[in-house]
Amino acid sequence: MLLLEQCLNGLQFGLLLFLLAAGLTLVFGIMDLVNLAHGSLYMMGAYFAATFVAWTGSFFAGALLALAATLLLGVVLEMIALRPLYGRDHLDHVLGTFGLILFFNELVRLVWGPAGLSLPLPPALNAAIDVFGIYYPAYRLLIILVSLVVALFLYLLVMKTRLGMLIRAGASNRDMAGALGVDIKLLFTLVFGLGAALAGLAGLMQAPILTVQIGMGENILILAFVVIVIGGIGSIRGALVAAIFVGLVDTLGRAFLPDLLRLVLSVSAASTVARAMSSMLIYLLMAIVLAIRPQGLFPVVGR
Amino acid sequence: MKAALDARTLFVAIVVAGLLLLPVYTGARGDQFVLTLFTRIVILAIAATSLNLILGYGGMVSFGHAAYLGIGAYAVGILAEEGIGSGFVQLPFALALSALFALIVGALSLRTRGVYFIMITLAFAQMVYYVAAGLDRYGGDDGLTIYARSGFAGLINLSNPTQFYYLCLALLLASIAFMWRLINSRFGMVICGSRSNDRRMQAIGFPTFRYRLAAFVIAGVWCGLAGALLANHTDFVSPAMMYWTRSGDLIVMVVFGGMGSLFGPLFGAISLLVLEEGLSRVTEYWQIILGPLLLLIVLFARGGIDGLIGRLRRG
Amino acid sequence: MADANLLELENVETCYGLSQVLFGLSLSIAPGEVVTLMGRNGMGKTTTVRSILGLTRTRAGSIRFEGREIRALPAYRVAKLGIGLVPEGRQIFPNLTVRENLVATAANRAGAADPWTLRRVLQLFPRLAERGESMGTQLSGGEQQMLAVGRALMTNPKLLILDEATEGLAPLMRAEIWRCLAGLKAAGLSILLIDKNVEALTRIADRHYVIEKGQVVWTGTSPQLAAASGIQHRYLSI
Repeated sequence: MLLLEQCLNGLQFGLLLFLLAAGLTLVFGIMDLVNLAHGSLYMMGAYFAATFVAWTGSFFAGALLALAATLLLGVVLEMIALRPLYGRDHLDHVLGTFGLILFFNELVRLVWGPAGLSLPLPPALNAAIDVFGIYYPAYRLLIILVSLVVALFLYLLVMKTRLGMLIRAGASNRDMAGALGVDIKLLFTLVFGLGAALAGLAGLMQAPILTVQIGMGENILILAFVVIVIGGIGSIRGALVAAIFVGLVDTLGRAFLPDLLRLVLSVSAASTVARAMSSMLIYLLMAIVLAIRPQGLFPVVGR
Repeated sequence: MKAALDARTLFVAIVVAGLLLLPVYTGARGDQFVLTLFTRIVILAIAATSLNLILGYGGMVSFGHAAYLGIGAYAVGILAEEGIGSGFVQLPFALALSALFALIVGALSLRTRGVYFIMITLAFAQMVYYVAAGLDRYGGDDGLTIYARSGFAGLINLSNPTQFYYLCLALLLASIAFMWRLINSRFGMVICGSRSNDRRMQAIGFPTFRYRLAAFVIAGVWCGLAGALLANHTDFVSPAMMYWTRSGDLIVMVVFGGMGSLFGPLFGAISLLVLEEGLSRVTEYWQIILGPLLLLIVLFARGGIDGLIGRLRRG
Repeated sequence: MADANLLELENVETCYGLSQVLFGLSLSIAPGEVVTLMGRNGMGKTTTVRSILGLTRTRAGSIRFEGREIRALPAYRVAKLGIGLVPEGRQIFPNLTVRENLVATAANRAGAADPWTLRRVLQLFPRLAERGESMGTQLSGGEQQMLAVGRALMTNPKLLILDEATEGLAPLMRAEIWRCLAGLKAAGLSILLIDKNVEALTRIADRHYVIEKGQVVWTGTSPQLAAASGIQHRYLSI
């Protein structure tokens, strides 16, 4: 039953990663923009949530406000700081958005102080639910549910709506889309806003169970990049599959590796090696995928 | 081609002279702080120069270069902790470890290009970070203090700040000279050539992958040297030395100073560290200024300092 | 009179980076006219198209559409004013289906009474109706060309620009395209055609422009072009 619990944890973590990765891959796939500050938006979502929930006294109101605030922040950021970067070298993107990370981390420190914040769960969500014989936290189930709904929404948006068609068209041939009357600048702002909202959602959802602190964006950002490299840059489907995969590997690895290693090593050696190896697992996975399929699992057609 | 005393040469001469005479100044003023600061600047300039080989000249955007600082530093730290204090053992160990890591990472990452390459080098560096953070025996997250600097059997006393500074400066100047020889050799031509047109290079008959891998390893070893120096400088090693933002700092130094220029990394290291020092006196939250400043520089002054000086010469 | 023209280019100069391609190009298209732009490769035909659409920045001159200056406008604004593009190389969207390619950018901004709808376009190109759910990349060259034309028609333009619409197509397919264009002309659509098939162009078009090294070197009606074999030989390397 521990396995089931860890699988659910892995699924939940993976889905959070998906929310982050989906935004990243959309922005990179359509706007050809490498945005390291995506993690900062994730962090802002968490900080906004902690603040608004404390102000309003309601978890859901606070969460909605945080989502809106992050969306707005993303749109403003795109218009002011990121638009000048379009069409430039990826190195320019990396450097420019790296500067934004520094800015946001310091801004948070200035406004909220160096110690992190906490976001307590409302009693209604702080319960456990019976799932196939084990008691699993209701809140984590909610995260899984919300993430799956968002994934479905994204799929419908991109594959079934006019806007989705325009997003896909813009991804493969920006100039031609413009020549057919599509306001690409507006489209980009919308896509970026969507990505920002997804990042903010991930940030606010994990806030009660994980962390609200400076620099939290960077740690998970790298994982998100690993996910889109494995899944294939530009592919949302790839991001979903890769994210769940990565989430499961990471969680199950951390949970069971020490025990597995104890079969062959001494107890102390096993725990040291396990700790080191658990962190490495994801990167090993990425290395393997890249060695076999450098374009990722679901490479995108087009450019 | 150039007059003997054009702006760039003059600028370089002034900077180098200033660096050579620095201990005289700080000795007279009794200002230990400035000497320490500039020792750090020189060491990081060595690291930035090594990155310039693959980034500035080779166009390989490695976002994991700080890993080698950490590897070099930890090599010294671990051996020191285990009772091996001789620099003659520590240094080769640091270089060998760096070479091995660079070989593995390079072999895997150089098969990719563009943003994939950036992310992979970043991921591998983070991996090393986590491994180091997991080494409880050597301090883990908190880091490891080094109680005695590398011993070189009396040849040179690294505990003497002035001697140490001159050693680092000598190594920096040697690095730049080495870089100059390297870039102007056939090896350098292939590296620069495969940056802009890999296929053409291959068509001419150069096994570009091998060359680029060699450059990658050279850069890694070089930076490992800087890491070993850094461990001696701070008497302390910690995983934070190779956190990915440190790699970002190195890239900033190379770009600030002017990519693909010999002295650019040095200018960049000086500028960034002096700027950090200066800004941190103005406000505790100096990164709020540095961040957007970096973005502005990327947008408007991509040639870096070297580019600006070059324009002075032409204009 | 200048303002009666649908499209009017006057002394347009365009550069790609440091090299100048158009050296003061002037042409005009009246409503309902079919006008061609001919010349050898590299003379500036596609650059002219890109200049009109705002896809390439122009340096000097004037481009007026329905009397309104459009030279500095971004591409999407030009398209919205009523210019439809069927580009060189077709450039259909590979990651959209045939149906999606047609529908994604469809519009009826001028509020035309009998607009081009999906149904009407599929009637014009029955082959596309069969391939409705195929991805863009799965079509043959001719089908892609039809799709590109249909896609532009779906934006209900006042002026349709076709750049090398018959290039690389089999003769049967080419004939079908010409038939289609003749039909569009009969329906009153203004068309700017770039192509190499002088004979077909003479049949379908009203006036012609010959471009050489970024300037118009000859202009005239179809009968005049047919008579001036020297022009054909000199500028079109027939």
